[in-house]
Amino acid sequence: MSETGDQILERPLRESWFSRFQVVALAALTLVSIIGKFYLPRLIPHTEWLELPLLLTVYFGLMRRSQIASLLFGAFVGLAEDSLSPANLPIGMYGITKTLVGYFAASVSVRFNVENSAIRLVLCFFFFVFHAFFYWVMRRALLGQVIPFDPQETFVHGALNAAVALPLFAILDRMRLSGSL
Amino acid sequence: MEALLSRYRNLTVLLVVLVAQLLYLAYQVKTNRDERLIRVWAVSAVTPMAGMVEAMRHNTIGFMEDYFILLDVREQNRKLKADNDQLRMENVYYRNQLATAEHAQALTLFQKQTPSKTVAARVIGNSTVGTAKAVFVDRGSTSGIEKGMAVVTPEGIVGKVVAVYPLVSQVLLVTDPTFKVGIESQKGHVHGVLDCSSGKCIVDQVQNEEKVAVGEWFFTSGEDRVFPKGFPVGMVASSQTGQGMRDIKLNLSGAPGGVEDVLVVLQGVHQPIPASAPEDLSASELPAPPPEKGGEATETAKPQTEADKVLAKYAELGKQEEHVYGAVGSSIPNFNLKPETPAKPAADIAVPAKTDSAQPAGSEPKPLSSDTTKANNAGLAVQSAAKAPAQNSPAQNSPTQNNPAQSNSTQNHPAQVNSAQDHPVQNNRAQVSEAGVLGGRPSVKAAAPAVSAAATAENEV
Repeated sequence: MSETGDQILERPLRESWFSRFQVVALAALTLVSIIGKFYLPRLIPHTEWLELPLLLTVYFGLMRRSQIASLLFGAFVGLAEDSLSPANLPIGMYGITKTLVGYFAASVSVRFNVENSAIRLVLCFFFFVFHAFFYWVMRRALLGQVIPFDPQETFVHGALNAAVALPLFAILDRMRLSGSL
Repeated sequence: MEALLSRYRNLTVLLVVLVAQLLYLAYQVKTNRDERLIRVWAVSAVTPMAGMVEAMRHNTIGFMEDYFILLDVREQNRKLKADNDQLRMENVYYRNQLATAEHAQALTLFQKQTPSKTVAARVIGNSTVGTAKAVFVDRGSTSGIEKGMAVVTPEGIVGKVVAVYPLVSQVLLVTDPTFKVGIESQKGHVHGVLDCSSGKCIVDQVQNEEKVAVGEWFFTSGEDRVFPKGFPVGMVASSQTGQGMRDIKLNLSGAPGGVEDVLVVLQGVHQPIPASAPEDLSASELPAPPPEKGGEATETAKPQTEADKVLAKYAELGKQEEHVYGAVGSSIPNFNLKPETPAKPAADIAVPAKTDSAQPAGSEPKPLSSDTTKANNAGLAVQSAAKAPAQNSPAQNSPTQNNPAQSNSTQNHPAQVNSAQDHPVQNNRAQVSEAGVLGGRPSVKAAAPAVSAAATAENEV
């Protein structure tokens, strides 16, 4: 196998990530991300595409590497988002979607070196598209609601979210390494 | 079995969580019940913070803008730019103030005009679902809002209340893909359904035989039992014959996505479809007041107090000796000399000095237009007000007041003039307070025409 392949598939030996990332700080980050999604479009117009809760779920899944913890975290974040969704949408749509995202993110992290920026970029893009598409399928299949799905727009938003994820993940990495959280 | 479960533990947990959520989802869909408790918890946890952030943003942005404008003006004063620039800056400020006042006044006017009972609310947050168009407003059940109520603005319809909490409500916008509104055209009374699910708003369910012209207005028909009949919806952008149904695209008049202040219709009253297009509800303006009798005398008010006379004398001396008060490197004038000409009124004295300083070296002094002179007169009246004791002047809260350079400046320091010019309301207060201190008949009298002169000059600019 080539060096690049080794680098991608290598699983670096390191300390448990979650041991330093305290639960309280994680809950605060989750709250901030949900409030950010709730309020940011009012503060900065045209930022509806930013999926901070999703990025946080992906980051948690990639770094925690525990499928059970990641899927539970994804379910929690998704249900919290659902509870702020319009009242005509039942609770659980985002919960199911983010549960799967958390599970798959944790599964992928076992195979790849998720500290590589390129890997993170691709994964964030993939998970965003998966999240948007699966949510659209669920609303269509489970609720019978015909809502538009624009693949081109979804890809652009996925790329934007992946671009935001890189510095965001770097900041979260730095917080973890410095032990401030 | 246990071995199987322990071997596929992760997958088992995933399936359990997914199935639990699916069952919960199915239960909600089947019973058509909103899980209010969870939503109340979430909304109660998030909206206070969002409300605080919104209130802070709303209150601080105006202050920060004023502050930066003041900084900008101060910088301009240091560089001794032309008076025209200052008036332009003020013009922008006044226009912003006027636009804000007009919007609020239009909302109030509409609230009085419409027979429906409404309550005003402010948008404080968006929904977390990107594809769903919903917002939160800062009025809830304590304000009498109930689920299903219509939300409008004077310009058009916005949405309907889909969830009510004690202090906030959730409004589903008309641009949401799932939202439909019964509407009716203005001229032919053609009935249709507003549908914005495709990103652009169209009028659905209109037969090809119906005549709908471009530019025609659509109003709510009241058939949806949400919006009372007669509220403006939008104007037809295009109307073409389609397959089966007519293709009518509509430009919404309410701009529901970017709206900040809305009215929630507590008790809707159906109205007839108006015969003409919706009138502009912007605030009307009265014509300018007629000139006062003897206005000339008040405009060029003579110095009445000793302080005014001394001020006029020093200004004349400074002009004779080409001294600019407050300027760096300007020689000290001889105050023992007598001025060659009689002292001019206080309202005029700072104009030449300021104009000279604003001009580039070596250029011919240009005569000021009457507008500029009037505006400067207003500024000077305020400048003298700045001399009043700080405790009497409401303008002391202005950030400029904390400028150490200003505290050291002389009477003719341009920074004082301009800092006062930026706050016309404060100017008036400052002048009145000065009148109280100096016993000032003249200052109060001179202040009113001076401020009106400044306003006239600004309008003409």
